[in-house]
Amino acid sequence: MHAQSDINIQQITELIGLIKKLYGFDFANYSKASLRRRIIRIMQLQKLPFYDLKHQLVNSREFFQTFLEEITVNVTEMFRDPSFYQALNNQIIPYLSSYQHSKIWCAGCSSGEEAYSLAILLNEAGLRKKSFIYGTDINTEVLNEARKGIYSLRKIKSYAENYQMAGLSGSIIDHFTILYDAASIHNELKQNTLFSVHNLVSDSVFNEFQLICCRNVFIYFENALQEHVLELFYNSLAPLGFLCLGTKETIRSESFRKKFKTINQKENIYQKIGS
Amino acid sequence: MLVLGGSAGSFKHIFDAVRIFPGTLNKAVLIIIHRKKNFFSEIENLFAENSRMFLREVSDKDAINKNTIYIAPANYHTLIESKHSFGLDVSEAVWYSKPSIDVSFECAAEVFKDKCTAVLFSGANQDGARGLLSLRNNGALTIAQDPEEAEMPEMPQAAIRMNAAEYILKTEEILALFNT
Repeated sequence: MHAQSDINIQQITELIGLIKKLYGFDFANYSKASLRRRIIRIMQLQKLPFYDLKHQLVNSREFFQTFLEEITVNVTEMFRDPSFYQALNNQIIPYLSSYQHSKIWCAGCSSGEEAYSLAILLNEAGLRKKSFIYGTDINTEVLNEARKGIYSLRKIKSYAENYQMAGLSGSIIDHFTILYDAASIHNELKQNTLFSVHNLVSDSVFNEFQLICCRNVFIYFENALQEHVLELFYNSLAPLGFLCLGTKETIRSESFRKKFKTINQKENIYQKIGS
Repeated sequence: MLVLGGSAGSFKHIFDAVRIFPGTLNKAVLIIIHRKKNFFSEIENLFAENSRMFLREVSDKDAINKNTIYIAPANYHTLIESKHSFGLDVSEAVWYSKPSIDVSFECAAEVFKDKCTAVLFSGANQDGARGLLSLRNNGALTIAQDPEEAEMPEMPQAAIRMNAAEYILKTEEILALFNT
């Protein structure tokens, strides 16, 4: 079983070409080690050898949707890396408070946990009515979950420690309505959010933002694609707007290093300068 | 490349290894130890202070350099993109573990094949056993810590059961290999 679910780099390239031709999604500059693991995972879950996987992809649009959901990593947490949220609270929120209104882009938002973490943070800072959060992802299915904002109570409880360590008052549960084993995010927190499809690889600027959060997305992109997305972010940020990357991610490109000032090195928070 | 994996009960053995590596080991070393997220651990500092090699926690797309020890960060899987760079991934935990030893071992097997040595130390679950088997199947030199000696024998034992370990050695014997 395991040997059957193996795949080599030529086969990965072949699949990437096929998907681009048939469905227009371009995975060419995605990190190959992770992509390979995801494809093998799909082959194992669906019990498909390589030939059958190709066959399904060619013949079933429905299968492609499932494939798309599985190939991108949708594991996320609320308040992942609590020290990041502390930094955001201490270093960025004061800036945002000085604006009449701020727009925030949560890029690669998956099922919405990060977008709602930001919503909670802004609410606690009294900025809820002065801010709007756009969550985007390439995956329509996870966006539906994000729009609903309903999670399993067990999952939400597992974020209690993150929440507390982020330095917020009360408990994470305070922001949810609990019904049996489901937790729905409070309506007022949902009001100023909008979730929609956007592909960082192929789509362009759609608004101007004071803050862009794109955490643990760059790890799936090769350097050339990271640079492409940095260009998109740079052009989407208002002057002196902020960009937040994941804790283990950084701006590698020399030219973009000059266009961003480092606000917090450890948490990878940057500010657009120039232009 | 040299990859070391361990969980509960492995820390002191891996620490001994880190202390004994010469500054001119001429290999890149990747260490995967299970650990809890959110708790800033002193592992990096402790290792760095006691090692003759360079040491860093893996970040996205870090270059793989010789004579450097890389530590797999908590709450990510550490992947190997190519012979020259690492990758990270936040996908599902494997054996309730992130970092997972299986994931890094399997990547090492895929990329380095027989140009790799791997050691699986003490631990209380089966993470690492399957990865060690892929390494062995790809020609790597694979070693399991002697379960007799391991504080938590389950992890090396699982590898031995799968016939993933070419050698079963005590820490002292493993260290002697690195010191020559």
